[in-house]
Formats: sequence, C-alpha cells, structure tokens
Amino acid sequence: MSISVQNISKSFKDKTALKNISFEVQEGELFGLIGPDGAGKTTLFRILTTLLFADSGTATVANFDAINDYKKIRNNVGYMPGKFSLYQDLTVEENLEFFATIFGTTIEENYDLIKDIYVQIEPFKNRRAGKLSGGMKQKLALCCALIHKPKVLFLDEPTTGVDPVSRKEFWEMLKRLQTKGITMLVSTPYMDEAALCDRIALIQDGKILEIDTPQHIVKHYPKTIYNVSANNMYQLINSLKNYEHNYSVYPFGEFVHYSDKRNDFNPTDLKLYLEKQQLQNIQISKTAATIEDTFMELAK
Amino acid sequence: MLPIIFVLPILQLVILSNAATFEIKNIKFSYIDNDKTSFSRELIQKFDASTYFNVLTDFPSNKLASEAMLKGDVDVILEIPENFERDLVKNQSTDLSVTINAIDGAAAGVENVYINQIIKDFNKKAQVKLVQPFNQINKPINITSIPSFWYNETLNYKTFMVPGILVLLVTMITLFLSGMNIVREKEIGTLEQINVTPIKKHQFIIGKLFPFWIIGFGLLTIGLIIAKLLFNVPIVGSIFLLYFFTSIYLLVILGIGFFISNFTETQQQAMFISWFFTVIFILMSGLFTPIESMPVWAQYITEFNPIKYFVEVMRMVMLKGSNFTDIVPQFTKTLAYAIIMNGLAVISYKKST
Repeated sequence: MSISVQNISKSFKDKTALKNISFEVQEGELFGLIGPDGAGKTTLFRILTTLLFADSGTATVANFDAINDYKKIRNNVGYMPGKFSLYQDLTVEENLEFFATIFGTTIEENYDLIKDIYVQIEPFKNRRAGKLSGGMKQKLALCCALIHKPKVLFLDEPTTGVDPVSRKEFWEMLKRLQTKGITMLVSTPYMDEAALCDRIALIQDGKILEIDTPQHIVKHYPKTIYNVSANNMYQLINSLKNYEHNYSVYPFGEFVHYSDKRNDFNPTDLKLYLEKQQLQNIQISKTAATIEDTFMELAK
Repeated sequence: MLPIIFVLPILQLVILSNAATFEIKNIKFSYIDNDKTSFSRELIQKFDASTYFNVLTDFPSNKLASEAMLKGDVDVILEIPENFERDLVKNQSTDLSVTINAIDGAAAGVENVYINQIIKDFNKKAQVKLVQPFNQINKPINITSIPSFWYNETLNYKTFMVPGILVLLVTMITLFLSGMNIVREKEIGTLEQINVTPIKKHQFIIGKLFPFWIIGFGLLTIGLIIAKLLFNVPIVGSIFLLYFFTSIYLLVILGIGFFISNFTETQQQAMFISWFFTVIFILMSGLFTPIESMPVWAQYITEFNPIKYFVEVMRMVMLKGSNFTDIVPQFTKTLAYAIIMNGLAVISYKKST
C-alpha cells in the first residue's frame, strides 16, 4: 500500500477542513482527488507531506507513519504545491541543482527519470525561474519534485492556471511517469482531468463522497441523462427548472443536462412543453452521465 | 540589492556623523544696550568674536526683544543696564540680565555656560583695568583649573559618535535583512517546498543566516575604513578584538531576526516588529543619551539591550584601547544573549505545524 489514510480529521479554529477521511492508494496508481476550491484537498496534501499534523486518525505514506517517521517520508516523496514555489531568482538549472543537493543526490544520478520533461525546458536552462511561462514553470517544478526519485509524488492542482495544451502535455507526462512505478496523488478541480486517473475520490466540504474508477463512478448516477438544446439557452434553463418533473438541470457546454423524476419519462412530453414556452430548434437526445454530473448529484 | 546594502549605510555614516552633532553652534544672539559706553561695546564684541554666537540685532527696547524671542528669531537676549560702566567702576559690581530660549532645555543649559564663560572672562579683564594697583596685593591668587580630556583630547564629538553610528548601521542592516529574508520565503511559498525536503533545521538556519553574518563583517570593515580615513577616528585597540566581538554580536542580531521571522507571516509584519525593537534599542543604547542619566527602571531595561554592549565595546576598544579582560562583562552578556536568542529561534522554527 503506497498511501493509506485512516479516519483523518483536521480543523482550523472553528472551521472543519477534513472530516473522518479514509482511503488507500495502491503502489503505482494514479489517484485523483476531485473537488471544488475549499474542499480540503490542500489540507490533506499538507498532512500527507508531513507539513501539518492531523487532529485525529493515522496516515502512512510509502509505509511510513506520517507522524513518527516523517523524516523518512520527506526522503521518499516529491511535493509540487499548487502555488509555484521554486526560487524565482535562480535559473532553471540552479533550481534543479539546488533541490538535487538538498536531497543528497545529483542531476546526473536520476536524469533518466526527468529526461523527457527536462529536455523541453533545457533550452531555457539559464533563464531565471521567475521569467518562465506558466507551463514551463510547472515542468520545472515537476522536475524538481522528481529529482530525488521519490516513491510517491504529490501534485496539488498542478494544472490550475495552465493553458489547455500544456495541461494535456502535463497529463501525458504523468502517465509516462506512472509506467516507471511512481505512485501519484493528484488533486484537480477539473472534471475532464479526472477521467485520466486510475481511481478518483470525489471530495467536498472535507468529506469523501465516493471513491471509484472514473468508468465506474458515473454509474452512481441514478437517472438517464438527456442533452437538451434550443435556440435560447437562458430561457431553456429557466423553462426546464420550472418543469414540474425535473430531477436535475445543469448547463453543460452547448447543451443542458436534464434528467427526469419519472421512470417512464418520454422525451416527446418535454419537447411539447418546451415548444409551449416559445422555444425553437429543440433537440433532445440521450447521453451518458459524466463525472461532473455524478459529482453534482453526490454533492446535492 | 548588494550595492544598496553597502552604499546606503556608508551614506548614513557620513551624513549622520556630520549632522548629528551635540555641539551648540550658531546661537542667535541679540542684545539691548542701555548703556552705550566703551565697556558695554567691548562686552558685545566679545560675544561677536566667539564662534558660538551669531550676533544678530541690537534691540532698542525689552518689548521688541521679547517679541523677537517669541517668533523664534533670537535664542539669547543680553540686557545691559544703564550706567553699566559707571556702576562697575564705582561700586565694582553690576547686574546683567540674560534671557535664554529654553524650549530645548539641554541646549539652553549649554548656552548658559558659554555666556557665563564669556562674561567671566570679560569680568577678569575689567578687574585688571579698573582695580587700583595698591589693592592688588590683597587680591587672592586666581585658581585656574586646566582640564585634560582623556581618550578624546580635543573633545571631538565625531570621535565619540562614529563608533556608535557604525554599531547602528551594522545592527540595522543585518537585523532587517535576516528577518525579512525568511519571511519572504514564507510569502512566496519556497519555505514550504524546503520544509518537505529532508534538510535539517540547523542546516537551513545556518544556510540562511551565514550570508548576513558575512555582510555584517563587510559593513564593519567599510565603516572602520571610513572612520579612519574620513573622520580620522583613532583606533587605539586591537582590530582583531573588535572583529571577534562583532562575530558574537552578529549572532545575537541574526538570532533576533530569525526569531521575529518565525512569528510573522508577512514582510510587513516583520518590518514593523524589527523597527519597534531597533528604535528602542538604539535610543536606549547610550549612543545619543548617556545611560547614567536615565531613570533607574530604564537603566535596568538597557541591561537587555545588545546594542548597548556593542556601543560600549566599540568605544572602549577604538578610543581607549581596552583589551579582552576589560570587555569581559560585555562579552559574556552578549555571548549569553546569542545562545538564548538562537536557541529560541531554533526551537520556535518548525518545519511542520
């Protein structure tokens, strides 16, 4: 077991950040923590990286206890905080060398691990870290977190504020790292990234709502979902929300995800109702539930 | 940043040492001469000749002089009574009225001494002129004391101030920089990144404070060179002893800086607290006002002031040529302070919360 969290709770003054959280991450697994801002993701990361002590419960990382063996954990994990936190006035190369030295290793020793990532930023190795673009910064931070060949890698919202192309590249990098046997715990507020994880935990208000694979987690959605579209989005949402049989109505890109309370729901009834509301070009089609739908359902 | 660290203190040393003077000069002197005789003119000429007084105006009446004092145009009014010369010759005694603006009490006291000296001198010469030769036999022999000022023979205040100001700038720069530096790492998040690494507490602390220890020495060196070349301050004692004491003293200051940064979250907070302590330490260090003239409770407080010891040692070694045995009390207290402050700093620095 690479990460094991048992009944962890943490409060800050009168605010509870984590309530009785338990989960386990297998060795070599890419585990996603999915939840909105303020759900407690970062607090959990800080506990697992031994920066914060939990009020109750136990946690082990790479089979080391988070409280008693915290020194061993620090030698065996890589942590990439959500906020860029390398030395901005050191160059790319100096940052990497600095972190290698702190961990008592050298760049050469573990170069094969970071090679794929480092070659992308190598042309800028003499540039100061503060002058890098967002995507470049993330790559450098990932290199620094990997330089000591950690067993477990913690990535706290690594793609927040990064452009879509860099985000995609970043996840491809994580997938490649996984093949090298590194366990990864990633948090993200983006539901589309969740589908790339082996297993995900949906977390809200310090509680885990559900843990499963992305493929299975959508099955927790109890209803059939329909894509509904019409000429006027705003009016469509309002009309659907006023429809007496609606179970859930969420805008989803160019469609509205709609589900009905009735088991014998017939889409033509809905179409007739919407036409009465002066909507045109109405289209209704069945669709599969997404992680986002499931999250909204579970978070109700 | 590095040029700023060195250029600003040098400017500070040059400007402060020249400007922060205790000597009272350019006293705005005015007089009301009701006598208008050769005697009264001679007295006024004496004031005119003195470098301390700027003889400004001759007021026709007491009222106008008072008005000028109220406006702040004059500091001193000397009123010479009518029949000044006649009374002096006839009765061998007369009165002079001196009015001094005493808003700054210390300055007024000094001005009073200057005025009395000039009048006494005038009096002595007048006696010689006026007193008949036969009286001279009975006249008591004048006792004159010739003071000799040790360690600063010419009473050059710069000799006194420069070592003190040197202390001030070594202290300020190292305290602010060390306190600010670690808090800055908290602000930009690098401290968190460092905390998850296996780096040891003492490694981190030494790594953070060592550069400022070196910078402190750099400042002391530059300051001493300026003191010698620009202000010609004597360095009687051992330079090695100065550096040795400074090495311990800097540990105290760096420990305080580190301690402050452990209890603050932003550079603004760290700056505010550093300022609070610096101002108290400097004003109660004996640099500007002697500790002996402070109230007793304040004197007890100064026992906890590391700057006080450094100022004392600096002046003792530079001006008096004190050796190590002379500074043992200051040294042991500073050493104890260094151990306590750094101990507290290490204990309060936590890699996790």
